[in-house]
Amino acid sequence: MPYSVVGIGTSWGGLAAMSKLLGELPADFSLPVVVVQHRNKDSDRLLTELLQDATDLKVCEVEDKEPLMPGTVHIAPANYHVLIDAGYLSLTLEEPVRFSRPSIDVMFSSAADTYGSGAIGVVLTGANEDGARGLSHIVKRGGRALVQDPRTAEIPIMPDAALKAVPSAEVLTLEALGPRLIELSRERAKVGARAAV
Amino acid sequence: MAVPVAAVPSSGAESDRQSFKPDLERIEIELLLEGIFRHYGFDFRSYAYASIRRRLWKRIDEEGLSSVSALQERVLHEPEMMEKLLLDLSINVTSMFRDPGFYQTFREHVVPLLRTYPFIRIWHAGCSTGEEVYSMAILLREEGLYDRARIYATDINEVVLHRAKAGIFPLERMQEYTDNYMRAGGKKSFSEYYTAKYGGALFDQSLTKNVVFSQHNLVTDRSFSEFNAILCRNVLIYFDKTLQSKVHSLFYDSLAMFGVLVLGSKETLRFMAHEDCYQQIAPPEKVFRKVR
Repeated sequence: MPYSVVGIGTSWGGLAAMSKLLGELPADFSLPVVVVQHRNKDSDRLLTELLQDATDLKVCEVEDKEPLMPGTVHIAPANYHVLIDAGYLSLTLEEPVRFSRPSIDVMFSSAADTYGSGAIGVVLTGANEDGARGLSHIVKRGGRALVQDPRTAEIPIMPDAALKAVPSAEVLTLEALGPRLIELSRERAKVGARAAV
Repeated sequence: MAVPVAAVPSSGAESDRQSFKPDLERIEIELLLEGIFRHYGFDFRSYAYASIRRRLWKRIDEEGLSSVSALQERVLHEPEMMEKLLLDLSINVTSMFRDPGFYQTFREHVVPLLRTYPFIRIWHAGCSTGEEVYSMAILLREEGLYDRARIYATDINEVVLHRAKAGIFPLERMQEYTDNYMRAGGKKSFSEYYTAKYGGALFDQSLTKNVVFSQHNLVTDRSFSEFNAILCRNVLIYFDKTLQSKVHSLFYDSLAMFGVLVLGSKETLRFMAHEDCYQQIAPPEKVFRKVR
């Protein structure tokens, strides 16, 4: 199964969890990563800078119509929804979804609708239930769902809700998520190599 | 060198859950938008795809339908359904002194440029309900420029223009706006600009003395003057790249040399042909000066 994009959703405790997870990914990681981290609507670029210090991938805050790039972490800006379109990202100011903008559900759903089975959704620590519906949509469209083991999450509410919505999701510790994403990204390469023969 | 990710999912067809066909859905959506354009005259054909798709599906789900084609049947045969969809498709999010940092930058870096002109023309494209027009009028007045300025405030939507002209905004947002105003470098007490009336905050009508509100469609209408500044914040994000580029041509042609183009804080000229014609003033704010 070929993959095209990884979406990551988190809220409370997300900075530490993402620093750990993204720190495991090599600079030549072959997929683009799109992150929705709930935060204050006036917050600035600090999140981008802190994550950049933690990973070899390139980290940037999304600007409208920015191309999806492999080995790049695209961070949803505060107070905008980010939508994954075919090869690029769009921003919108549509109303918050269940009190969130950016919304993980909105980002995940757009990944599923654009890339179908090529989408991977990852739900990490968080204090609300955003992400659960979007993750379920990813699976409905044939994509893959990974959830941080709630027992290892700083706040288990978000991963618990995701697992309730998607019981078939793979449950992994924070330490195991990075290596698993690397494996999945190579699965894509294998399929590509076979197709080329 | 990294290369952009492929535009379409490669069809591995390895999953038995692969009944979903994004390509077919795109055909359905394009047919619907073409139908709406030809039957009703509203042109959403070059709107940003993922956003249009999301809003169409909200309507489809709310009506208990199961596909874009089913919505097409309803929309083309029932004008009331078109009305509902129009509301779904128009986004009018705005606030006074939105992104205060931008107004600070405008005061510090653009006002000195504007002072050099005897008469100043400003185009506020996609002004929605007008909150940002009143903000700019307040700023210009405080900088002593209002009397020689004219603001052309346009939007595609007549209904929001009527609200903009009325200048009555929700009282419950005044605390937020006051806060924005102060962070934007406001020089007075914000409450001097409005009175509580008609269940809202009625803004000082002299602020619109030099404002012309008028309907203008960025997709089909042409330039109507030459401007020293054009503001178009968070409007183009709803357009696809082709339409964005077309509108940027319109803005370029409508700006005087050394005029200033202002975009939303997460918008960019990076992927546009006109990128090289502008210089960004005081990054990260999206204030660009036409230099060639």
